[in-house]
Amino acid sequence: MGLDINTKKAKKNAFRIGKVRGEGASRIRVPGGYLKAEILGLVQEIAEKYGNGIVHLTTRQGFEIEGIRLEDMDAINEMLQPIIELLDINQENPGTGYPSSGTRNVCACIGNNVCPFANYDTSQFAKRIEDEIFPNDLHFKIALTGCPNDCGKVRLHDFGIIGMTLPQYDPSRCVSCKACIKGCKSLSVDALRMENYKIIRDEEKCIGCGVCVTKCPTRAFTRSKKKYYKLTLMGRTGKKNPRLGEDFLLWTDEDAIVKIILNTYRFVKEYINPKAPGGKEHIGYIIDRVGFEEYKKWALEGVELLPETKMKECVYWNGIHFDR
Amino acid sequence: MGYQISRKAADDIFAQLRESYDIFAPKVFAGEGCFSDTDVIRYGKIDSLDEIEWARRSDYSFKEALLPVNETLFYFTEDETSVPACRQKDLLIFLKSCDLHALKRLDTIYLENGPEDFYYKRLREKAHFVLMGCGETCDNGFCVSMGTNRTDAYDLYLKLDGKTVLADCPSEKLRGFFERADASVCNVEPEYVSENTEEVTLPKNLSVKDFSNPIWEEYGSRCIGCGRCNFVCPTCTCFTMQDIHYRDNENVGERRRVWASCQVDGYDEIAGGIEFRKTQGERLRFKVMHKIYDFEKRFGYTMCVGCGRCDTVCPEYISYTTLINKLNMIKKEEA
Repeated sequence: MGLDINTKKAKKNAFRIGKVRGEGASRIRVPGGYLKAEILGLVQEIAEKYGNGIVHLTTRQGFEIEGIRLEDMDAINEMLQPIIELLDINQENPGTGYPSSGTRNVCACIGNNVCPFANYDTSQFAKRIEDEIFPNDLHFKIALTGCPNDCGKVRLHDFGIIGMTLPQYDPSRCVSCKACIKGCKSLSVDALRMENYKIIRDEEKCIGCGVCVTKCPTRAFTRSKKKYYKLTLMGRTGKKNPRLGEDFLLWTDEDAIVKIILNTYRFVKEYINPKAPGGKEHIGYIIDRVGFEEYKKWALEGVELLPETKMKECVYWNGIHFDR
Repeated sequence: MGYQISRKAADDIFAQLRESYDIFAPKVFAGEGCFSDTDVIRYGKIDSLDEIEWARRSDYSFKEALLPVNETLFYFTEDETSVPACRQKDLLIFLKSCDLHALKRLDTIYLENGPEDFYYKRLREKAHFVLMGCGETCDNGFCVSMGTNRTDAYDLYLKLDGKTVLADCPSEKLRGFFERADASVCNVEPEYVSENTEEVTLPKNLSVKDFSNPIWEEYGSRCIGCGRCNFVCPTCTCFTMQDIHYRDNENVGERRRVWASCQVDGYDEIAGGIEFRKTQGERLRFKVMHKIYDFEKRFGYTMCVGCGRCDTVCPEYISYTTLINKLNMIKKEEA
């Protein structure tokens, strides 16, 4: 009896069909790339029992257990259950593995759990987004990074989320040491200058990176109570037109971002090319076809922007065109 | 005189005190630390005993209650100057033993080192001090080594103990508040630590010859000159002058004094751009030697009180305590 596999179903179930006949890989999503170490042991167990003992750390911060036999998928799904539960992944039927795979793992840099530069807890926000969007199967790539250094390379994703803080300046604590000015000039965008021994921040230039806050030795500069984000749109790799995501919202908040992402699923369902291979089409290509104005209308539906949020009315992308 | 009162009665006393005192204490400023989602403990005006951070040492010392980071000395117009009024109410400052010892250093510098400082003096005369005990040693503190773990120089000692508050009140002026509250009299001894994790031995026989020790460059090469060690230090008293000419009328303005740091560029720059200590190694040496050598030579006791804040705050993990202990070993080997 031949090996009879519904590859579409298997792929949706987060298995890779490999180049060796009958072999594949099991893919484990780890939102924010942040996990309890005990999961490593569970991954090891599966890799040694059903795989070839090799695990690939994927480019999207998941695991891929290599060299599994495709006929073992059900047994592997059973063994994946504690991992799925520990990571609190949305699931319809326990013991059946991942309900979809098109919406990719939400990536994040380490964030303010550890990093002194990060402006928020990236893994927590990644988890919130994962919870809102999974198990959608549309091809969405989302990444979060703690600060404008963008170690998360979020501008290569459909949605890039960059942490910002609005510097709060108390002139009565400032000693004119210029640590913030020097830091902003050498590490960031040179948005600070001194007048009458006090700091003037160029609000147009400031990117909310928070360098002034970390450099300040007296707590004259502190972070805003509110956490702010920059949302970049439609960055991507790919064969046709790789390009960096462009700024859409500056000084926005979590709720607006989540809502815009959810709205985008509706937009894609409406406008995706019905003949798209595997039911997957880069959102950017859909927006190229439909026009940014139409996308914006869908994306902002029911979204309440903060008064301080700055929105780019129209977004244009460049990138490299191999398709023209 | 020691007292025991209920927390409720203590809160009532506190409310009465607020009428005649501006009360400063270490408190947690949530989210205002150096890094995202971190807090800072520093001095601020408080309205209730609940606002006080009793257990942890403040990141910044009490000194800003007596020496504002920025202080306007006078305002000037083209033909006259005027001195801003001193705060009206008296000051009540909550602090720990190390900081109360630091107060003596501030007094020495501002009141006994040549002419008395007008601004310090007028605030100092209004200041009263409430000792907070230390149940256990703080991180990096070495008050026991410096002999600053105990003090009796307080006006009031307070300890919250659940629903009860214990007080020792040598100040006659403050005692009235307890007597009016019908507090029961008992013997109260301030809590203090008798052992720190850090032990520091000051080197003996330091001299200008030690300026050439390679240890200064070793540590100086790691220093970024941010000045945090000075700004958190309860005994650093240096300031610089700034004349501000108002933008809309440059003939009018004010003169301020502002905290300065011997580690930050510009501290010792004089006319012609000359700097006495150019490298961070020289600056670090100057600071450490001032704390453990030349202040003592001049005033007869060590400047450093061993609060350990400079160790805790250094972003480059330069440990002042380790440096001193290393210097001590070097001096011992030399001897």
